[in-house]
Amino acid sequence: MERDDLEQLQLERLEATLSRVYRNVPFYRKRFDEIGFDPDELRSIADLRRLPFTGKPDLRESYPYGLFAVPLRDVVRLHASGGTGSAAIVMGYTRNDIKTWSNLMARMLVASGVTKDDVVQITFDYGLFTGAFGVHYGAERLGASVIPISSGNSKRQIKIMQDYKTTTLVSTASYALHLSEVMREGGVNPNSLSLKHVLVGGETSTAAERRSIEQALHVTVTDNYSLSEVMGPGVAGECLERSGLHVNEDHFLVEVVDPRTLQPVPAGATGELVLTTLTKEAFPLIRYRTRDLTAVVAGPCPCGRTSVRIRGIEGRSDDMLVIRSVNVYPSQVEAVLRDVQGEEPRFQLVLERKGSLDEATVLVEVSHLFDQMRQQAEFRDKLRRRLASELGVTLEVKLVGKKTLESALEKGKVLDLRRR
Amino acid sequence: MLRIRNLDAGYGKIAVLRRVSLHVSPGEIVAIVGANGAGKTTLLKTVTGLVRPRAGGISLKGQDIVGVPTERTVAMGCSLVPEGRQVFADMAVRENLLLGAHVQYRRGKRQEVAADLERIYQLFPVLQKRERQLAGTLSGGEQQMLAMGRALMARPALLMLDEPSMGLAPLVVKDIFDTIVRISREGSTVLLVEQNARGALKIAHRGYVLETGRIVLQGTSEELLANRDVQRAYLGRDVNGEGGGEP
Repeated sequence: MERDDLEQLQLERLEATLSRVYRNVPFYRKRFDEIGFDPDELRSIADLRRLPFTGKPDLRESYPYGLFAVPLRDVVRLHASGGTGSAAIVMGYTRNDIKTWSNLMARMLVASGVTKDDVVQITFDYGLFTGAFGVHYGAERLGASVIPISSGNSKRQIKIMQDYKTTTLVSTASYALHLSEVMREGGVNPNSLSLKHVLVGGETSTAAERRSIEQALHVTVTDNYSLSEVMGPGVAGECLERSGLHVNEDHFLVEVVDPRTLQPVPAGATGELVLTTLTKEAFPLIRYRTRDLTAVVAGPCPCGRTSVRIRGIEGRSDDMLVIRSVNVYPSQVEAVLRDVQGEEPRFQLVLERKGSLDEATVLVEVSHLFDQMRQQAEFRDKLRRRLASELGVTLEVKLVGKKTLESALEKGKVLDLRRR
Repeated sequence: MLRIRNLDAGYGKIAVLRRVSLHVSPGEIVAIVGANGAGKTTLLKTVTGLVRPRAGGISLKGQDIVGVPTERTVAMGCSLVPEGRQVFADMAVRENLLLGAHVQYRRGKRQEVAADLERIYQLFPVLQKRERQLAGTLSGGEQQMLAMGRALMARPALLMLDEPSMGLAPLVVKDIFDTIVRISREGSTVLLVEQNARGALKIAHRGYVLETGRIVLQGTSEELLANRDVQRAYLGRDVNGEGGGEP
């Protein structure tokens, strides 16, 4: 689609969306009224900047249905993110929303090279989490054969992959890497599989991780960006050029802002991704702060798609941890470990509170066993010193055997137990 | 083909259209549905230059047509089939059709008019049968066909129809809508304004819902037909009851 046509479509959809949220969602009406914004006054996409941001706290405070723009009887599906209880966010979908979701995810699959002849194994959890269902619908829409295996049981995943002749694996990057490990140990030759594509998503992955998967499984890996609040998978994804994630801009408006000043960053600079939904009926979002850090990739994509591309998520604008008053980013810890270990680290940062003091421990998997206790202690001390000098705070380091973190890592690279 | 951006229009002090944006791509049938008084006719009048917009832009085939007089917009390829047909009752059917071709004369394409007339007669055989009859003696459906034929004689790139189904028997309405589809298949782009939302959306590719001068919904016809708000407001369907859902 030509940019000019796209902008016309975006404007039309934005106008309709603003009219609807103003009429149907008291939260937005109040927000707009507070700043004296009349949706009828919107004249261009740029006018969107006059509107206030919507944040995760707003979504939490509206738990469960406060931000729905249609009556519940028009909602055919509910999903949730952010655990249970008051931190949870509930998303609704109308029948049209589900259809749009299917179409957008199908688009992403096509961009990744998946066709109707492919057999798609989905290893995301089928549940309140949006990931599995979104990909599932998209793959079915495309006409591919879907294996809704859900997560867990790596041996079974691999057996099914072999027997069902899976051509497309959909998983988190770390799980794909883990599967390749299990295969290697079980003596499964990746060339004996029918696997061609791996779509990764559900968590941030690095380009290095994705290239490792490509090498280990002899496949093409494409990165996908999904956000449950905004829809789930199907928001943005890489094409086969693998040089940035194409945003489905006809359905989502992209802004990149400085997380501190909230002003737009210069073209190409890193900032926080802000999304506005253009077609969602049940759960529209206006200027939603994703907290994901990225940048717009300049210039047209060689694949010919004219939609804007964003770089793979480079971090979060809110994953900063405060450990004994020191600001720590998990990515810093990761960088130190990568440097010292010389490979992609597998680690978990565990934060606990002993009395009034923060206690931080990094559990690090080491790939080879040390001959002597002394060597092991030396390596651990080296890590501890490097971390202390890099972060400005001392973290305890615990070396653990290979793959012992497997189940622990399901809770994430950071386990903050201080406020529980 | 047609692109409208942030259009404000009205009569005197009364604002009718507020911030209307829409587009029609070549080859499409686009329906604008809405209740009586929503601003549908004003929208068409603004496009044809009969009403001057207060703000906003309208372009036809990439050319700005705001402030362009009506006869020029017709020459540029934009024809309107007005609400209530507005045929010349005291003139013969054939004369009505030839009047529609006046821009072809201006374009210096006089010799094509005969062939065009032939084409219209193929599309609406009944018009050929009544060729010499006065237009005022035709039935409502026949008059609608005549009005459409007259507009097509101008060889429009964009054909706009204002309430073509109004006041017609259901079977005739079906005929008219079928003809619109045929016209579209033969290469015309169609903008259709209708209170008969279901009929219009069934033949259109995309649609816009106009409410008190604002576009409140837009999407593919399929999406709009499945939208519960549209069903409640325009399709007369009781969506609260059982069996209200689409399959």
